[in-house]
Amino acid sequence: MKRPAAYAEQFIIRYNPAERAKRWIWIVLRALLISGFCFIILFPLFLRLSVAFRSRVDIYDPTVLWIPRNFTLENVEKAIEAMQYVPATLNTFAISASTTLIQLVSCALAAYAFARLKFRGSGLLFGLVVFTIVVPPQTIMIPLYLTYRYFDLFGLIGLFTGKDSVNLIDTFWPFLISSGTAMGLKNGLYIYIFRQFFRGIPKEIEEAALVDGAGVIRTFYRIMLPNAVPAIVTVLLFSFVWQWNDSYYVSLFLSKVKVLSTGLMGMGVAIGGEPDPVYFSILMNTGVLLSMAPLIILYLFVQRYFVESVERTGLVG
Amino acid sequence: MKKRLTLEQTKALWGVIFCIPLMTGLIMLFILPLIQSFRFSLSSIELVEGGFDVVYQGFGHYTELFTSNADFPRALAEAVVNMVVNVPIIIFFSLFAAVLLNQKFRGRALARAIFFLPVILASSAIANIDVSSFVGALTSGSGSDESNALQSFELKKMLLESGISPVFVNYVTGAVDRIYEIISLSGVQILIFLAGLQSISPSLYEASKIEGATGYETFWKVTFPMLSPLILTNTVYSIIDSFTHNSINELISSTAFKLFDFGLSAAMAWVYFAVVAFILATSAWFISRKVFYYD
Repeated sequence: MKRPAAYAEQFIIRYNPAERAKRWIWIVLRALLISGFCFIILFPLFLRLSVAFRSRVDIYDPTVLWIPRNFTLENVEKAIEAMQYVPATLNTFAISASTTLIQLVSCALAAYAFARLKFRGSGLLFGLVVFTIVVPPQTIMIPLYLTYRYFDLFGLIGLFTGKDSVNLIDTFWPFLISSGTAMGLKNGLYIYIFRQFFRGIPKEIEEAALVDGAGVIRTFYRIMLPNAVPAIVTVLLFSFVWQWNDSYYVSLFLSKVKVLSTGLMGMGVAIGGEPDPVYFSILMNTGVLLSMAPLIILYLFVQRYFVESVERTGLVG
Repeated sequence: MKKRLTLEQTKALWGVIFCIPLMTGLIMLFILPLIQSFRFSLSSIELVEGGFDVVYQGFGHYTELFTSNADFPRALAEAVVNMVVNVPIIIFFSLFAAVLLNQKFRGRALARAIFFLPVILASSAIANIDVSSFVGALTSGSGSDESNALQSFELKKMLLESGISPVFVNYVTGAVDRIYEIISLSGVQILIFLAGLQSISPSLYEASKIEGATGYETFWKVTFPMLSPLILTNTVYSIIDSFTHNSINELISSTAFKLFDFGLSAAMAWVYFAVVAFILATSAWFISRKVFYYD
């Protein structure tokens, strides 16, 4: 016959209630926290979705909470018209896609030089690249604007055409030139990512390619680039998304050409005489939803790469 | 006969060639504008036909900024205070979120996908549009008066009554009230912390488990020191990230393109740059003293 204390001890050893309780409390707490945060992130999105298809009648109907009773596409049509949605989307897409591809090339080339093709002064040059990340874009805003307003490329254009300078404002050239020279939006960061990744690729692979008679260019695009796919994916995704969302450079270089982010800012004026402020804000938010829509659809397909990419780029460690 | 280059020289040559686009860009779109912008800040600029005239003026713009300009000191203080307030919250939150998302649980892939949604949607153009009027529209339409659902009046009262310093209480409750803003600003930081968590070697955790460390101890003795270099990275990133969405940005742009006072605007930008550089340098210096490098 055992004493009750012994039974209790055995029970504790067998089921370990304290540990179990701790674990379950943590699981519940974690689930609450995560679902709470997810709710906070998704709530505005759902709200916008719900409001976008709501007709004028439903606005003041207290029984309509989430799902509109009178389903309508009128808001969407009005918003599309006010922000010139179709040309704006096409312009935004053209800018984002072209700059993404161009700066991928220019950043990867420079980063490869920094990682493997050391020359005198390359350390200093890389220091300057890091410095470009740190300087606020506002500091060089005006000279940058003037550079493109009176663009002469160190006097070369004047030499060939006879004119003093060309005006590149309201064309896509500022974006193409900036990204071609690896000075576009956050390009210092991309160079840094690529350099870190190229440094992580074993030197032996390159040496083998060299022994087999490959030159520097061939080594670069046959050996290094295929190995750097995670870094390429990261840079592609981030540069596309950031360029798409950018309103700073876009509003600096483009005033007549409409893109999504400036279209959104000018939308309030474009709607004009809408007497009902509630309906006005509904229209504005339909516009926001419309400008987000292409990215959200894109994200549904590529979100997996987003999460994986940074983990594999070697940005860390 | 042509002398053949050694391998090192060939490589260096190609390195220079690969860097030509970058160097052109650096000179044309960064170094020259930087010098020019500094020159502008010391002069007044007049647009004339086919170009512009720069007249040297001395430090007049700088003294004007701090003595007679009404908006600038306030906007600068606001931007700096916002940065100083937000960055620690963002770091704490993203570290916490990364640790949460790194654990194994059902639906982790979905939770991760949702947490990175703000990275996609973090557009300053969208942020500029007044969300409150929109929420107001919905609540007035649906007849509910709980529009303050995301506010923390009770929490604030309780914390104040328990005798915690009001400054700290306001800080914490302020962060809770702005939770959406905080979450949407910390997407990239969460990604970086997550990547860091993945790269910590499991053998460290094994060893600490064998030594009998609890989860709490493991976090502070293993996870936190191993992540400390990334805290530095993320602090720098958060500070840089705050450049594009603050009030001073608008002030600088409107001074330049609405008032056409390029000199004054350049001076503002340089003062802002100096302040930011100072904050970056001090915070980097402080954190790097505490950072632990494994190898």
